[in-house]
Amino acid sequence: MSLRFRNSLLALGLVAALTGCDREQRQTRGKPLAETVPASTSPDTVFPGNANVPPSDPRAAVYEGNATAISEGQRLYNWMNCSGCHFHGGGGMGVALIDDKWRYGGRIDQIAATIVEGRPNGMPSFRGRLTEQQVWQLAAYVRTLSGQARKDAVSARADEVSNTPPQTQTKREPLTPADSAEQ
Amino acid sequence: MRRSTVAIVAVIAVLLVAALLFWTSRQNSGPDLSTKQFAGPSSNKVIPARSASPPDDGNWTMPGKDYASTRFSALNQVTPANVGKLQVAFTFSTGTTEGFEAPPLVVNNTMYVVAPWPNNVFALDLTKPGAPAKWTYEPKPAAAAKGVACCGPVNRGAFYSNGRLFMNLLDGHTVAIDAESGKEIWRTKLADINKGETMTMAPLVAEGKVLVGNSGGEMGVRGWLAALDAGSGKLAWRAYSTGPDKDALIGSQYRAPYPSDQGKDLGVKSWGPEQWKIGGGTVWGWISYDPDLKLIYYGTGNPGPWNAEQRPGDNKWTAGLFARDVSTGQARWFHQGAPHDLFDHDDINETILVDWPAPNGQRIPALLRPSRNGYLYVQDRRNGRILSADPYGYINAYKGVDLKTGRVIPATDKEPKTGRVVRNICPGPPGMKDWNPSAFSPVTGLLYIPHINICMDMGAKNANYIPGTPFVGADVKMYAGPGGNRGVFTAWDPVARRKVFEIKEDLPLWSPALATAGGLVFYGTMDGWLKAIDGRSGKLLWQFKTGSGIIGQPISYRGPDGRQYIAVPSGVGGWAGAIVSADIDERDPTAALGFANATKDLKKRTTKGGTVYVFALPQ
Repeated sequence: MSLRFRNSLLALGLVAALTGCDREQRQTRGKPLAETVPASTSPDTVFPGNANVPPSDPRAAVYEGNATAISEGQRLYNWMNCSGCHFHGGGGMGVALIDDKWRYGGRIDQIAATIVEGRPNGMPSFRGRLTEQQVWQLAAYVRTLSGQARKDAVSARADEVSNTPPQTQTKREPLTPADSAEQ
Repeated sequence: MRRSTVAIVAVIAVLLVAALLFWTSRQNSGPDLSTKQFAGPSSNKVIPARSASPPDDGNWTMPGKDYASTRFSALNQVTPANVGKLQVAFTFSTGTTEGFEAPPLVVNNTMYVVAPWPNNVFALDLTKPGAPAKWTYEPKPAAAAKGVACCGPVNRGAFYSNGRLFMNLLDGHTVAIDAESGKEIWRTKLADINKGETMTMAPLVAEGKVLVGNSGGEMGVRGWLAALDAGSGKLAWRAYSTGPDKDALIGSQYRAPYPSDQGKDLGVKSWGPEQWKIGGGTVWGWISYDPDLKLIYYGTGNPGPWNAEQRPGDNKWTAGLFARDVSTGQARWFHQGAPHDLFDHDDINETILVDWPAPNGQRIPALLRPSRNGYLYVQDRRNGRILSADPYGYINAYKGVDLKTGRVIPATDKEPKTGRVVRNICPGPPGMKDWNPSAFSPVTGLLYIPHINICMDMGAKNANYIPGTPFVGADVKMYAGPGGNRGVFTAWDPVARRKVFEIKEDLPLWSPALATAGGLVFYGTMDGWLKAIDGRSGKLLWQFKTGSGIIGQPISYRGPDGRQYIAVPSGVGGWAGAIVSADIDERDPTAALGFANATKDLKKRTTKGGTVYVFALPQ
C-alpha cells in the first residue's frame, strides 16, 4: 500500500467523519429539560414598548431539525388526523402548511403552542391527547413541510401510501419577518 | 322515346315511394328531437308534479322554487331575442369571502340575501332605488365551526314560509326569523361541532314542519334528518341514517322496492360492530315534497370513513334515497344508490318530482335524480321502483344499474385497496355531479344538469377516529376526465333517455341552473361568468363577468315595477373553489380532499368575493 493511497484513504475518512455523521445530534447526557410546552408563547408580534417579549424556549433547539423527532412527528401527523385537515401541507379544512403564511406564528414553539391550545378559527386543541414530547415532535415535522429543516434530517418517503412528491424535494419557504429570529 | 319516358316516370315513382317509406320509418323510430322540442306541451312529455308546482306568483320563496324542485321561473319577458340587452340593475355586497352558494329569496318586494359564515341575513327593499337594506340579522355562530366544515363554511339558503324565514347556522343551530322585522323568533340547537357536525343545507318547510339535516360525512358523524315545529322550534322527530330501525324511523309502513333494502335493523347489521355509530349518512342536500302523497324525498350522504375496507357491508342507510311521511317521519321506502360506497358517492343530489308519461297514456308520479354515481335515475315516487337509469357522463367505476336488484354494479378493478393507489377512477369523489342542482323546464321538457367531468387516483389508508377531526382514510388526487374539460352542462331528454346537447366548460361547474319560460337557461362558471343559453339549442346568447367565481344559484323574480329580474350570487368557494377561498397551496395535489389538483389554475382566474348581482332589461 503506497503512502499516497493511505493518505487519500485517511482524507476520505476524515471527510466522512466531518460530514456524514452530522445528521442529528442527540443529548445523551446533561441536564434534562422539563417537557412543558410554553403555554404563554404568543402568536403575536406586537408588544407595546418592546416590553414583555417572551424569551425563545430552550427546548426548541432539541427538536428543531432533529431526524428522530421529525420522523416521529411525521407518524403522528397521520395518526392524529392532522393530515385530514391540512393534507400533505396544502390545506383544506385547515390552513396550508407548506407556504410562507403563518397566521399564528411559524416558529417551532409557536406551532407547538398552537397544537396544544388550539386557535379560534377552527384549529382544535389537542391538550391531553398528546404527550408534550409528541407535541414538540409534531411541531418539528410541521416545520419541515415548508422546508425549514435540513434536507438530510427529513424522511425521503412517507409512512403511508401517498400521492405527493417526497419531502426531500420541498423548497424552503421564507418565514415572515416576525418569525425571523428562528430562521 | 315513349318507352324511355315510362321508365323515367317509373324510376321517379319508385324513388318517391322509397323516400316516403324512409321518412315514415324515421318518424316511428324513436324521438325526432327537432320536431319534438318545438311541439309545445304534449302528452308524451314529462311535466312537473302539478300539486308540487303551483302557478308562479313572481316570488322566489325557496331554493328549489317549488316543492317539485324545478328551479323553473314562469316569467317570460326575457327571451332569446332580447337577452342580449340584459344589464346590471343593482348589486349587493355581503362582506364575506367564503363560498357563496345560497340563492337570494324574493317575497313581497323584499329580497333576502343569506351569506356564508357568519350567516348574516340582509333584507333588501326592492321598492326603493338601489334596494337599500331594511334590516340585517346577525346570528353570530361560533367561529370554531369553520374548522369542522369539510368543504368551506357555506350555507345553501333559507326557506320562506308564512311570514318567517328558516335557516341553519354553521355551528349546528336552526333559526326562525321574522321576515318583516328581522328579529329571531326561536333558535334550536341540533348538532354538535365537537363531534364534527355542522349544518349547511337549506331547510324545507311543509305541513308546519321545518326539515333540516346535518353535515360532516368526512368527520365520523352519524347522519340524521330532523323535523322541528315551525311555530315553536321544538323537535318533532329525528330520523337517523344508521342504527336500529327505531332510530331510523323504519316501521310498519316501510316497503322497500328491492330485496337488499328489506330486513330488520339493517342499519346495524350491514356494518362491522358498532361502526354505524360513526358511519356518516349525513343529510346535507335537497328535500322535495309531494303534497298529495304527503311524502318527503331526500338523499343520505356517504358512509365514513372513505376507506371502504374499514366498514364491511352495505352500510345502510347511507348513500341512498328515503321517502318519508312528513308528519311522523316514518320511512315509506328506501333505495341505496351506492351500497357499500367506495368513492364518496353521496346520494344527496336533488330530486325533481314529475308526472311521467307511461306508454299506456297514463301518468306515473315519478322523480328524476341526476345522481352522484353518474346515473340519471327515473323512479316511481310511490314505491321507489326504478323506471330507467342511464349514464349522463363518462363512468368506469360502475358497469351499470341492475334493474332487477336496483343495485349499481361496481367495476371490481376500480375498488380501492389499503396501501395502494388505484388510478383513473371515473367519476371521482364529487361524482358526476355534486350538490349544485339541475333545473327542469316544462316548456322544453328537458332537464338541465350542471355537472363535472373529474376522475381520480385514490390511495386508501387506515383512518383513526378522533371525535371532531376528519375520518377519511384516503389520499386522493383529482384531474379532468376524458376530453380535458372539467365541467359539463347537459340538457337531458328524460323520455328519450338521451342528451339533447352538451356544453363543455373548462372549469368544474359548481353553480346550479335556472330555467325560465322565456326559453332561456342560466348558469354560472367558476371564473365568474353568468351565462344565458337557448334552452333548445344550447347556444350562448349572453354572458356577464361578475367579480368572483359563481357557485351560487341564479333565480328570477318579478320586481315591484312588474319587470323580470335575474339575480345571482357571486363568490367562489365550496369544495371545488376552496383553493381560492381557503388559500390552498396547489403544490400539494391531495389538498382539499384531492380537489386542489383539479383546480390548480383557479387562483389565476378568479379571486374571493361575496356579491349578489341583479340584472334586468333596460326600461
